[in-house]
Amino acid sequence: MRAKWLVPTLYILFLMLPIYWLVSMSFKTTNEILGNFTLWPQNPTLENYRVIFTDPSWYMGYVNSISYVTLNTIISVSAALPAAYAFSRYRFLGDKHLFFWLLTNRMAPAAVFALPFFQLYSAVGLFDTHIAVALAHTLFNVPLAVWILEGFMSGVPRQLDETAYIDGYSFPRFFIRIFIPTIKAGVGVAAFFCFMFSWVELLLAKTLTAVAAKPIAATMTKTASSSGYELGLLAAAGTLTIIPGAIVIWFVRNYIAKGFALGRV
Amino acid sequence: MARITLENLRHSYSASPSGAEDWALKEINLEWQDGGAYALLGPSGCGKTTLLNIISGLLRPSAGRVLFDGEDVTPLPPEKRQIAQVFQFPVVYDTMSVFDNLAFPLRNRGVAEDAVQARVREIAEMTDLAAMLDQRAAGLTADGKQKISLGRGLVREDVNAILFDEPLTVIDPHLKFQLRSKLKELHHRVPKTMIYVTHDQTEALTFADQVVVMNMGEVVQTGTPEELFERPRHTFVGHFIGSPGMNVIPCTVEGGRALVEGTAFETANPLPPGTPEGVFEIGIRPEFLRLAESGVPATLNSVADAGRFRIADVTCLGHRLKLLVPEGREIPATDLRLAFDPAHTWLYRDGWLAGREETP
Amino acid sequence: MNKTVNQKAWLFVLPVLVLVAFNAIIPLMTVVNYSVQETFGNNVFFWSGLRWFEDILRSERFHASLTRQAIFTGSILLIEVPLGVLIALAMPRKGIWVSVCLVLMAMPLLIPWNVVGAMWNIFALPNIGLLGKALNAMGFDYNYTRQVGDAWFTLILMDVWHWTSLVVLLAYAGLVSIPDAYYQAAKIDGASRWAIFRYIQLPKMKRVLTIAILLRFMDSFNIYTEPVVLTGGGPGNATTLLSIDLVKIALGQFDLGPAAAMSLIYFLIILLLSWIFYTVMTRNEEG
Repeated sequence: MRAKWLVPTLYILFLMLPIYWLVSMSFKTTNEILGNFTLWPQNPTLENYRVIFTDPSWYMGYVNSISYVTLNTIISVSAALPAAYAFSRYRFLGDKHLFFWLLTNRMAPAAVFALPFFQLYSAVGLFDTHIAVALAHTLFNVPLAVWILEGFMSGVPRQLDETAYIDGYSFPRFFIRIFIPTIKAGVGVAAFFCFMFSWVELLLAKTLTAVAAKPIAATMTKTASSSGYELGLLAAAGTLTIIPGAIVIWFVRNYIAKGFALGRV
Repeated sequence: MARITLENLRHSYSASPSGAEDWALKEINLEWQDGGAYALLGPSGCGKTTLLNIISGLLRPSAGRVLFDGEDVTPLPPEKRQIAQVFQFPVVYDTMSVFDNLAFPLRNRGVAEDAVQARVREIAEMTDLAAMLDQRAAGLTADGKQKISLGRGLVREDVNAILFDEPLTVIDPHLKFQLRSKLKELHHRVPKTMIYVTHDQTEALTFADQVVVMNMGEVVQTGTPEELFERPRHTFVGHFIGSPGMNVIPCTVEGGRALVEGTAFETANPLPPGTPEGVFEIGIRPEFLRLAESGVPATLNSVADAGRFRIADVTCLGHRLKLLVPEGREIPATDLRLAFDPAHTWLYRDGWLAGREETP
Repeated sequence: MNKTVNQKAWLFVLPVLVLVAFNAIIPLMTVVNYSVQETFGNNVFFWSGLRWFEDILRSERFHASLTRQAIFTGSILLIEVPLGVLIALAMPRKGIWVSVCLVLMAMPLLIPWNVVGAMWNIFALPNIGLLGKALNAMGFDYNYTRQVGDAWFTLILMDVWHWTSLVVLLAYAGLVSIPDAYYQAAKIDGASRWAIFRYIQLPKMKRVLTIAILLRFMDSFNIYTEPVVLTGGGPGNATTLLSIDLVKIALGQFDLGPAAAMSLIYFLIILLLSWIFYTVMTRNEEG
């Protein structure tokens, strides 16, 4: 029992090793990576990062990724808020089936949808736009956001709603001024998970974009195959994709654990 | 079963306590007889739950000793102390049946299964759980769950004491009375030491033979409900127990007599000569203030009806006082005179009953 | 909680409905449409009935990838769930170490999936990767690009690395929601460490563990990007999971009909298993 701290420590060590390898590689020259095996960079170089920050085909990838992820988070959470409210407060025809049907959309394999998505978004003229990726990702993020928010809302006693109506609040004013601030932790958690799943998904994002909205992660795969094995560059780009996630976790660290605990099964 | 002694007990939640406010318990010395029913009464945050957790062993005190039958148990963990505890919020093992819940403490201690069966049925009978032994504990109402917690405490025959930490907090008002009577009844059938923590004076006074009143980490008074009522050791006890609480009037002392605005009052505890200076007050309960033909003049502010009697709010010598007026007694609108019962008028010095400087 | 019946609630759900319908129903119809037609290119389609479904259900190739998928999903669930619970039990409950642990543990969850694949691809390479080099230095003949066993080992290790934290976070959330009084009561009742786990912690974690298992099950069945980048389904077809096979058929060989039929079968399998799981777990909860 006394060595309890050992378990999480070893686990975190295991988690950090591949990340360390990626980061250390991003500071190495291609020669060093391929030539001799070194545990840490012998001649640390920022060359890889310089390439990324000066070449628009690289750094625009970040701009694109962040644009559609942000858009998706906003759309998912704002659509999910009223729906979650309905599920937590009212009973209506087919509510249980609807809830399960929503969840099934999380089960849909992206690979199944890749081709039809390409055709659908091409047909409506949204191919290669940020909004296309943002909308496509709502497929799995909206159900998740509804799920999480519903859990938080069910924890708020209905008396709050009733008191507000007696005090003369109209529904929209009550919802925006009182209800949403009450469950702001839940909104934060839902937004975090939307951000996360949109940020890490690549198959749909890659299918729906060509040039103008190409995500950074897709730029990486292209580089890997076209310009030979520029491992250092690849590692630097990979390292940079970890940073936004790390920042977001830091902000929601106190809520992550809570988020799922309150969601209902 | 055991006699419980607390010796010079002090506790602080901070690692390096400096000021008086760092001490959750300041200095506690108590002795509880085997088989008694005791209550720990005090406002929220007075340290009563801390004290309870020290007795059960969930907390190690910063200083002092806990003795069961004269034997030091301070370093022992809860499971070695043979203690049962019922918590504020009912604790039941959700996945088990009511029967398994009650059997849990016995099975953990390796009691033979047929003994477990017999004992659990006996306890279930006492706690009115016999009809639902096969149900899942998760499905019960709050008072049912609290009965399970209680039953788990009673089921072990070797327990030294059963501790209750505000057990009726989440129980519906109309069931509170029932459950309280049940507790009293159980104490007669199973004469174990029971310690009941509460901030509700009715609960404490009806349950316990001896009530320990605590305030700000200190024991203010220990006594029977009558003693607490008739002879409060501290103005706090006067305020906290009784409804309405005791009237307290600032006074001065000259030649051993209490003076309020020049009027002399006779008190039940005359000041021994040589008592040092301090802040003096006299205290009298509303029950012992009477309307009289002659006495201290007062003016009437308001009267509130409280059923069998009325509560009059008056101003006397510049101080607001309350008194109880029995049914049928007329309250004159003018020229009110008050009689102070000298046997129940107490003189306090710095809050404590004057002339009794030793610790409670 | 007794909710009021209010059919107007549909209006609240409408935005979600429109969004998801647009994204789910239209593509699904497209897939269904393909699955019953034959094409010889040039956008000319012929009705082919349920032929593709019969073909797929009989094809050994499908059986093989389904088996691989089942082995993969089974192994990662068997490893990640107990491991995640164990780590959650050992986590500190208070203090700054909680934040540090949570933040570090959540990191793999926020790395784009192809970066995860690429990272492990390099990390495990026997000549330049830390893991590959270390294993070989210890005397193992390790090369995941050539040996089937090594490829599976790397694939599962990567998934454990990537997703165990999700189970940890969920299990931890369940653990911290248990009031202190439960542990205190258990101590007083003389419960052993195992009894505390079995009768207090496990029941209280059941709900979050259901979510964890459900999510891990669905997501591992859908996994595509990471294994493609790591092994490309190889060596040979050794690590070709369902999604990978599907994309190979649809985009590699442009056999839209069979690919669509396979998609539907695949989707139905996940749906059915999830539904069974969901019903069983929620029924227990009420019972």
